[in-house]
Amino acid sequence: MRSPAERVAFSLNGHAVAVHVDPVRRLADVLREELGLTGTKIGCNAGDCGACTVLLDGRQICACLVPAAQVAGRQVTTVEGLAQDGKLSALQAAFHVHGAAQCGICTPGMLMASADLLARRPQPTEAEVLDGLGGVLCRCTGYRKIVEAVMSVGPAARAVEPPAGKAVGARLPKTDGLAKVTGTERFGADLWPKDSLVLRAIRSPYHHARFVLGDFSPLFAKYPDLVRVLTARDVPGQNRYGIYPTGKDQPALAESHVRHRGEAVVALVGDDATVAAIRDDEVTIAWQELPKLSGIDAALAPGAPALHAEHPDNVLISGRVARGDVARSLTASAHVAEGEFETGFVEHAYIEPEAGYARRVGDRIEIVACTQTPYMDRDEIALILGLKPEQVRIVPSAVGGGFGGKLDLSLQPLIAIAAWLTRRPVRCVYTRPESMTSTTKRHPARMRARFGCDAAGKLTAVEFHGDFNTGAYASWGPTVANRVPVHAMGPYAVPAVRCTSRAIYTNDTPAGAFRGFGVPQAAIAHEALMDELAASCGLDPLEFRQRNALARGSTTATGHRLEASAGLPACLEALAPAWRAARAAADAYNRMATTIRRGVGIGCMWYGIGNTSMSNPSTMKVGLSRDGHVTLYSGAVDIGQGSNTIMAQICADALGLPVGAFRLVTGDTDLTADAGKTSASRQTFVSGNAARLAGEDLRRQILRLANVGDGATLALDGARLTLRDGGATRGIILAALPGKSDGDVLVGTGRFDPPTTPLDADGQGVPYATYAFAAQMAEVAVDVELGLVKVTRIVAAHDVGRAINPTQVEGQIHGGIAQGLGLALMEEFIPGRTENLHDYLIPTFGDMPAIECILVEDAEPLGPYGAKGIGEPALVPTAPAILGAIHHATGVRLRRVPATPDRVRAALLAAAQVNSRKAAE
Amino acid sequence: MGSYVRPAELDEALAALAAGGRVIVAGGTDYYPARVGRPLDDDVLDITGITALRGIVERDDHWRFGALATWSDLIDAKLPPLFAGLKLAAREVGGVQIQNAGTICGNLCNASPAADGVPNLLALDASVELASAAGTRRLPIAAFITGNRKTIRRADEVMTALLVPKPRGAARSHFLKLGARRYLVISIVMAGGVIETARDNSVSAARIAVGSCSAVAQRLPALERALIGRPLDARLADAVEVGQLAPLSPIDDMRGTAAYRGDATLTLLRRLLSDLVAGRT
Repeated sequence: MRSPAERVAFSLNGHAVAVHVDPVRRLADVLREELGLTGTKIGCNAGDCGACTVLLDGRQICACLVPAAQVAGRQVTTVEGLAQDGKLSALQAAFHVHGAAQCGICTPGMLMASADLLARRPQPTEAEVLDGLGGVLCRCTGYRKIVEAVMSVGPAARAVEPPAGKAVGARLPKTDGLAKVTGTERFGADLWPKDSLVLRAIRSPYHHARFVLGDFSPLFAKYPDLVRVLTARDVPGQNRYGIYPTGKDQPALAESHVRHRGEAVVALVGDDATVAAIRDDEVTIAWQELPKLSGIDAALAPGAPALHAEHPDNVLISGRVARGDVARSLTASAHVAEGEFETGFVEHAYIEPEAGYARRVGDRIEIVACTQTPYMDRDEIALILGLKPEQVRIVPSAVGGGFGGKLDLSLQPLIAIAAWLTRRPVRCVYTRPESMTSTTKRHPARMRARFGCDAAGKLTAVEFHGDFNTGAYASWGPTVANRVPVHAMGPYAVPAVRCTSRAIYTNDTPAGAFRGFGVPQAAIAHEALMDELAASCGLDPLEFRQRNALARGSTTATGHRLEASAGLPACLEALAPAWRAARAAADAYNRMATTIRRGVGIGCMWYGIGNTSMSNPSTMKVGLSRDGHVTLYSGAVDIGQGSNTIMAQICADALGLPVGAFRLVTGDTDLTADAGKTSASRQTFVSGNAARLAGEDLRRQILRLANVGDGATLALDGARLTLRDGGATRGIILAALPGKSDGDVLVGTGRFDPPTTPLDADGQGVPYATYAFAAQMAEVAVDVELGLVKVTRIVAAHDVGRAINPTQVEGQIHGGIAQGLGLALMEEFIPGRTENLHDYLIPTFGDMPAIECILVEDAEPLGPYGAKGIGEPALVPTAPAILGAIHHATGVRLRRVPATPDRVRAALLAAAQVNSRKAAE
Repeated sequence: MGSYVRPAELDEALAALAAGGRVIVAGGTDYYPARVGRPLDDDVLDITGITALRGIVERDDHWRFGALATWSDLIDAKLPPLFAGLKLAAREVGGVQIQNAGTICGNLCNASPAADGVPNLLALDASVELASAAGTRRLPIAAFITGNRKTIRRADEVMTALLVPKPRGAARSHFLKLGARRYLVISIVMAGGVIETARDNSVSAARIAVGSCSAVAQRLPALERALIGRPLDARLADAVEVGQLAPLSPIDDMRGTAAYRGDATLTLLRRLLSDLVAGRT
């Protein structure tokens, strides 16, 4: 803190305000911390993401780049200033109705950039929208619904609420959408008790090192308001955590040895100004840097040191699915295609860095933070603090994007230990580089595969091996190693299969869960080889896939006979007209063109919904209160994908009351039952079923109470419930019922655990209760002189079983495509080098193509109203489709992603050289 | 512990700098990103209160861009085709938020090898004006930027303006940026150029510069010489040859390999010239 603070007076949302602040403090901090307007979000503090966009004298600027003193005498408008007299602006209403907000963390920035644009251009063209909003990043929506919303701003945007029994299938705006478009949603960094201390971790600058902590007394002497410096010795319970009971290998604070760059070593706890003022190099730590094992080859090299003593060969785990005689079948195959494929680390890049606070309440600890898995957090924190799970309460904040990255603990152990020991609330917000350096990534993969087929174009055998770099700690490595072999042959019927995988420890950033658990990587391999086999057979790539697609009645490589809801043939059929037209158009164009070449590619996928061969139940409760409110108690955390809306839609129809009557209590481990993790695309299928069963249970109780038949209709009018059954009408006065303490007079409960079986040593069994299927087609334009690939159109056909909310399903597809496009073309995290959002690139407004969604509804009998899942399936086929399109355009197959311009150009030049050599011979 | 001053007059600013070095802040678009997660404890001179440093004005023989002129000011300004390339570059600087805050002079002072403004400012033969309590000096940009994030500005100096001389003949300009995504991207290669034409429509003067392929963006004198006297027609791009790239020293980094940069530079230069001939700017 510099002195003295200055008085800065300005107009904020039309009101005169004055603050006394450090004149160079970021405006974003002043708005949030001094003025309490947390609608302005901070995603990077570097002008890279635009989440903090506000208007300064009517023009959009990043509030993280403006010194407080510069706004003196000027007008600042934030998201809180958009709605007037409690009424949404037309822009906000358009965002709400069009599903332009998913997690909502970028929404305030998007709205403010849009407000600036619309003030200048009330009816903007699409190009103007892209230019005007291009400075704001979104990781959820794929941008298209935002463009749609901005271009349709008008008086008409109003959603119609579906009546009782009609919620499933309705394009219901998000039940939590108003909070997201008004800036009142509370994310991890938006909530903190007034007297909170602040925690900041000091992290390893080295990929691999030993260290000795120095004497911290000079630090306390220099900073008298420094409350505590936490070290590994302060961990009350066990200083080990990890997803699997057998794989707890990660310390909350390193003891004397760090295994990756960014590992937390000590944590400073004090008031905000003190903790911010301390420079890292003032915290004395004597480092001894050690040689690092970077990448799979280094870790597997003979004599490589073991990262963890229990795994002397650095192999964390292996996975395997085997069926039939692969060697014989390959030998007998008419055609064999093979190849090696490589992918890099991919960063989740949610716009909300990890944030939250913890406080001690008697002998309990409460953690309010962003998470995808409250109950797992609870159990892990209990171990770390040495408490019983019941002594830990997890209250998830709104989550500003997760994608798997918030399935692991991040700051929770640190703030919990600090709050436990100091008995003061302790708050922490990760910086962007801290988030990128220390939290999990998508596993880099090196995969080798051979695919064989007969002369008629039927697959005969698949052999696949994938090595996955799991980084310094186990995290979700075992999940990847188990899920990949099940899926690595692709969504095809193959009689002989041997798919194996390994997760390898290295000194790289830990790799964990990321939308698809290794399946997106494997899909790049299987779809490339499918294209090559199709070419060998002289068949169209789509037709070749049709000959081999899993369908109802097929048996999978794990020996699972698909009895229902296997909609890949329908997806391919739906895609076929667009595919044929686009392929012909590209071929015709390429006959004339030289510099820009067009191509069309296809990607297919399947994805098992829920955890692999494991019990993963969900329990939901729905209560009817004495004052006539329906409350759904949902432990399913909505990370922007929309489960808060989906669960209410499903439960409403099961109960028979309008979804508008529902209130939601979500996530809080004291108030809701365990719904399991928001991962594995499981919430709609698993928790949706629990919500359905809970609704049906409550309905049964009501019908029994009123003594009416199953077909009765329900109507709620205040505290009076009216039932009509044929001509008969019965009323229930809820307040007259014997009450429970929480105000609910009737409570319905539902529990669902997807039926699966363990896999045997050959990976045989029923790993998932159901699978999602999809086929996507990508059109690209390749600038062959520069190696630049522009995706111009994607058509996505997805078998979702049943679209509970088509707007949200499309939103998931759009967002998945954006991440798949990033994986294909631009995203690669390099530890130590791309730890911010300008060196690590994710797609922007200008990178997204037009997207057409085709929703195939091959109902899953086990699913709620037939529904399966869409979160991860949306991403899986995109990169293969784009890579196939590049091949179609240029004849070059990129086997390593991302296909950056330099790699594409190098591949084109190498191919040209080979061709000219051939011509010379 | 840092101190902060935001004077209204240039003299006060110069006096503050004379008293000791300060970090100069205008749009804040380089200051804050360099301090993520670090204390803001520098001694700061905020020059945004000095109204004399604002504005873009045309003088007899040059245009003067005040030190506070932002990229958006440039985009909004009525300027001749000479500035079309610089305007294109302005639209590539971050998002609109950054264009509204960031200044052209700040881009020069930050001296990134990938600074979007520099290739065209080199091609415009622009100079910078540096003021200190001791006086004022003017330097061509090529002399001002001396290396990767290095300039010749002394700690007691502030850049007060950017000066662009008026060309003798009819001039047109252009800019091409190559990045791995659209918007918010640090370039892999960029090329900017100004061409002046004689009455017979031949090239009378050419200034071509390439950025992100050396510590400081570089003019390409051999290419410029090769262009002089050529007719402004479809074959102008044929003048580009690999030997003309000698001033460049591209490196391998996560955005691209050195070999790719060299290769892409040739393509960008040819396209730059073709676009200039066709009037596609």
